[in-house]
This record gives sequence, C-alpha cells and structure tokens, in this order.
Amino acid sequence: MGERPAFDFRGNILRALADGQLRRNLQSAMDGLIRKRRAVFDDPAELEALRTVGQSLKQAALSRLPALLEELEANCTANGIQVHWAETAAEANRLVLAICQGERATRVVKGKSMVTEEIGLNHFLADHGVEVLETDLGEFIIQLAGEPPSHIIVPAVHKNRDQIARLFHARIPGAPYTEKVEELNAIARRTLRQKFFEGQVGVSGVNFAVARTGSLCLVENEGNGRMCTTVPPVHIALMGLEKVVARLEDLPPLLRLLTGSATGQIVTTYVNLISGPRRPGEKDGPRELHLILLDNGRSRILADPELRQTLQCIRCGTCLNHCPVYVRIGGHAYGFVYPGPIGEVLTPQLEGLARAGVLATASSLCQACGEVCPVRIPLPDLIRRMRTDGACQGPGGPEDGCRPPLWESLAWKIWALVNTHPGLNALGNALLGRFGRRLPRRGPLAAWSAVRTPPRFAPKSLHALAVKEGLPHE
Amino acid sequence: MNEPARTMILSRLRAAVRGVLPVAPPEWNPPALPGGEARIERLQRLLEAVRTEVHRVPRTAWVESLKPILRQRGVRRLLYAPGTPLGRSLEAGWDDGAGDLPRRIPFERPMEDCKAMVFEVDAAVTSTAGAVADVGSLVLRPDAREPRSMSLVPPLHIAVLDSAAVFDSLGAIMRAQKWAAAMPANLVLVSGPSRTADIEMTLAFGVHGPKALVVLILVD
Repeated sequence: MGERPAFDFRGNILRALADGQLRRNLQSAMDGLIRKRRAVFDDPAELEALRTVGQSLKQAALSRLPALLEELEANCTANGIQVHWAETAAEANRLVLAICQGERATRVVKGKSMVTEEIGLNHFLADHGVEVLETDLGEFIIQLAGEPPSHIIVPAVHKNRDQIARLFHARIPGAPYTEKVEELNAIARRTLRQKFFEGQVGVSGVNFAVARTGSLCLVENEGNGRMCTTVPPVHIALMGLEKVVARLEDLPPLLRLLTGSATGQIVTTYVNLISGPRRPGEKDGPRELHLILLDNGRSRILADPELRQTLQCIRCGTCLNHCPVYVRIGGHAYGFVYPGPIGEVLTPQLEGLARAGVLATASSLCQACGEVCPVRIPLPDLIRRMRTDGACQGPGGPEDGCRPPLWESLAWKIWALVNTHPGLNALGNALLGRFGRRLPRRGPLAAWSAVRTPPRFAPKSLHALAVKEGLPHE
Repeated sequence: MNEPARTMILSRLRAAVRGVLPVAPPEWNPPALPGGEARIERLQRLLEAVRTEVHRVPRTAWVESLKPILRQRGVRRLLYAPGTPLGRSLEAGWDDGAGDLPRRIPFERPMEDCKAMVFEVDAAVTSTAGAVADVGSLVLRPDAREPRSMSLVPPLHIAVLDSAAVFDSLGAIMRAQKWAAAMPANLVLVSGPSRTADIEMTLAFGVHGPKALVVLILVD
C-alpha cells in the first residue's frame, strides 16, 4: 500500500540528487524548521527534562497497552463513540468503506492523517466509488498533483510556489495564475469551503487518545481538522493503536514536545479534544463518531524489547528535518509512506526487511535524529538493528546469513595483520604514498572511487616523518 | 463488531507486554509564571504574536466596546448564542434600529436547518471557558446553547474572556476545572486565527477557519 510500483531506492536517490530545484526547496524549508524548533526550545536543560518525560510517558503507555486500549474502548463507548478494531490495512479500509456505504456517502472530506496514508485509504475508497478530498492545504496540493506526501508534517514541502501556482491554474476550474501565497491560500479556501459544506463523512487521524476520559486529541493549524470533525454528519477517526495515553494530564508535556518539534510552535492554532458525537440538544457536531484502532504490524513490533521503542513515535517529523540524507533526497525517494530516519526503522518493520530493509542504508549514522527525537527513540541504534537484521536474512537462518562473505573476512584479516606488524605497516604506507592516487574505478572499490576525487596520500607517513625529524616523544 | 480482530490483537498485545515492568509515568511541571497582571500580559503578548487583536474592556460595558470593532471591520451579520449570559447581555445592549450596527443573528436551530446561514455570516461572538497563559491559548467548551461551528466557520471570531479565568498552564486549568470528571463532546484550545505554512513555509492566515480572531478580556 502507498508505495509506487517498483521500488528502486538507488535510482530514486540518484534522480533526487540530480534535481537541483528539489534540493533548494528542501534545504530552505528544513533550515527554517530547524531554526524555529531551536527558538521554541530555548532552554536546553528544560528541553532535556521534557524529552525524558515524553519518553517515559510513551513507554509507560506501551508497557500496559492492552489494558489502556480496553479502557479507551470502554470509555469511548460510554461517550457514544463506536469503536472498531482492524488487524490489517485492508481491514481498516473495509471498515471505512462499510461506514460510508451505510450512510450512502460518496463525498468524504479528510484531515491530514499519516495512518490513512499508511493504509492507502484514498485509493481504496476511490476504487469503490467514494471521492476523498484532502483538506489540509499541503495534502490538497499533492492530491491535485497526484503525488504522495514527501514529509510527515509538511507534505508538499518539495514544491515551491511557482509549481503550486501552475498546478492550481491547471487543475482548479476558474483559478487564475498567481504566485502570491495569500492568493493561493484564498483559492484553496474557496474551493474547500464548498467541499466542507457538501461533505457527508469526515475522516481524521488522532494524535493522542486518552484512555481515562475516552477523548481523541487532534492538533492542527488550519482549522480543516475542526471542519472535518464538526460539519459532516459522520466522523471517522483512525489511529494506530500505539497512540493511546493514560490520562488527560499526560497531554500537556506531549503536546509541547509534538508542536515544538514539528513546527517550532509553542502550541498549534487548534488543539481539539473530542469526546463523543453530538450530544442530545446540541445543534452541531457529527451524529455518529467511529474510532478505528489499527494494528497493522504494531503488536508484532511491541513484542521486541528493542524495536518496541519505534512505537514511542509521535510523528513530529523532526528526525526528517535534521537528517542530512533526507534533506538531500526528500521524502519521495524513500518510496514508502514514512520517510527519513523514522521511516528507515518503521517501514522495514511494517513492510518486511526483504522489501524495505534497504531503507536502513540511507543513513550516515551521524546521530542527529537520536539527539532531537522528542521521545528519545534511539533511531541510530534501531537503524543499525535494521541493517543487522537485514544482513541476517540469509537462506540458512540468522547464523548462516550473518557470516560475512569470504572476501570481506579476508580483507579484515589483512587489515589487522598490516596494522599489527610495523614492517608491513611501513610497507603499506609506502605503497599507498606511491600508488594511492590510482585507486581502481572498477571492482569492489568503485562504489567509493567512481564518484570521488582520488585522495592525495602524503609520500611519507606521519610516523615516518616523526622518526626522521626526531620528535622528543619518539 | 469484528470481535475476532479485537480478540486477536489484544491477545498478541498481552503476550508482547508479558513480563514488561510497568513504567511509572512522571510528573511534569512547566516553568512557573509570575502571577496576576504579568500572566494576562503574557497571554496578550502571545496572542498578538499570532495576529490576534486583544482588547481589555470593562466587564459591564463589553457590548459597547464591541460595537466600534464591528463597525470598523464592516461586519453586517453577527452570529451569537441566545440564552447564554453573553447572548442576553448582547441583546440588552443592542439597538436593533441603529443603521450602522450589524444585524444580530441567533444560532437557534440545528446545523442541518441553518447551514447556509452559518457559512454566510460575517462574524460570531462566543464565550470562553478560560485561557492558558504559558502557551497563549483560549479554551472553548461549545455546548447545546453555543455550538462549536460558531468559533470555526465565520471569517471573524470574537471571543470574550473573563480575566479571572486565565490560568498558568494547560495542566493547571485541567485540574482547576476538573476536566477529567466530565469532558464535553468537544473542547478546543484556540491560539490565533486559522493559519498555514504549507506553501514554501510562508505563514498565511485564514486558510479554513476564521481569518481573524478578536479577544475581549473582561476586566473589573
């Protein structure tokens, strides 16, 4: 679901790197997001304390996940919310479709939600005659362009205003060509207002679900989330089952971490707490509210003590913003819904190592993602874990698969030998000094040498020079 | 309803967390704020930073203070909630014959019967349940008399806030007002007019919700 037909990671990376416009769009956006995050978290000690709280709150919730989900279900049901469970993406899609069909609804308005991207909801509903309209401005833009999101928080970040201006002019009837951001927003507002007015079902995600009060927390800036959950007669909320927290009191620190990390805001324009459909006597709000709890591999992830930490993720996207690889290749190159460091860890677990394990190679292990993660997911460690697990996918099981190839073991043995015998070491250095510039551009070294200027080795090693110059310590 | 999925998921989850020691959730207290006047000043500063117009007005004369704001913005149709204390004082202070005042339109019927009207008015005035000073948010608790779309659909939202209901933090207002004991169907924190930065990270206001937010803080 969600990924394009043939996944050629290397090809995607090379194409993205060759796209200068994409790299400029990304660089300026990511620099801005990093700057804003730093400005809002201006007290480093406070930030570290807050991250520890965020980490413990999510770990506390995960440690008693089944109990919390049952509590959430009971309290949501008492609030009049209809709770559904879905084991797989396909099951969740079928549940949404069945609700739409029960309402004879053909027009769905949707707020931004990564979990609906994960299950490929839009395509599924479209194939069954239900039109889904994305209402978040960024999602609206990429839906017009027929593209998947390229970032968890700013889905159209890869496009600049000229590209959006041309898109609106071409795809929205009656839209004039304009590159003014205010005017582009006004075009979107006019178009989408009519759709909210006509929408029969509203679909949203969930940022946090509070077990004790049966409440769904949804953060947003545009008001489209409020529209989708207020105006249509039916609201369907979807959440990965790791989104549950115990108490209302858990929200303030988690909200602070989420909005600060995601957009550098101290709070978003709207923080919705939804605890049920329209109550008797109320004049608006949906008549029906459905909550779909999606597993889709999460229970399997929870069973591994190390990988479990993946489920702490609150989808703030800050690991993308800080990743030197993401900033250069953008979200589409990753080929699946979740890009960047979190995608490198989550996607192989959701889609399988055979299909998506290669994602974990897109990291220099520079540690930036781990340092900024608001809930302290050790992303670099988990990326390495994915690499190890991926390497262990050999036919004879882990033991067999983990044995390195003969040439690799041999190479390391020679390296060790050369570095433990002074004579060999001197000889090696001398050879490098003379022939080092002529690294072969073919064969096993090509991955390095084919795309780089040859290194310039000194004719004499530092060690040799020190001996010759007679350093006092020698 | 899809009972097999529920049973399967829960049994897998139980197996997954078997033997995991429950982690005690920690307490978090945001940095303390100076109280009193400074608290309201911080709220005002944060709201103004997100393009919100804030006025401090006398508690007993807020309707009079509202009139020039509406005139200046050319509001012709003002949506309000009849039957609330706010609605009653608006009715009492309104001179329906005055030509330069907007027509007041009560939200009296269910949304289905007056959807076009709600989408066409120029402004709505609502109450607030309080405010959070450390992040600069208003707390709205829409109910049967004051529907939630009032603060969402019209292009101008005017929120009336009691200066006595300004709290330090979200946690503080949750505790003081005992939210956990009885959550309304819809509770929303509002911090400024609707905004987006989805095009080139350029901030723009009024994308789906209100284009403008005016806060009247009632002081004695």
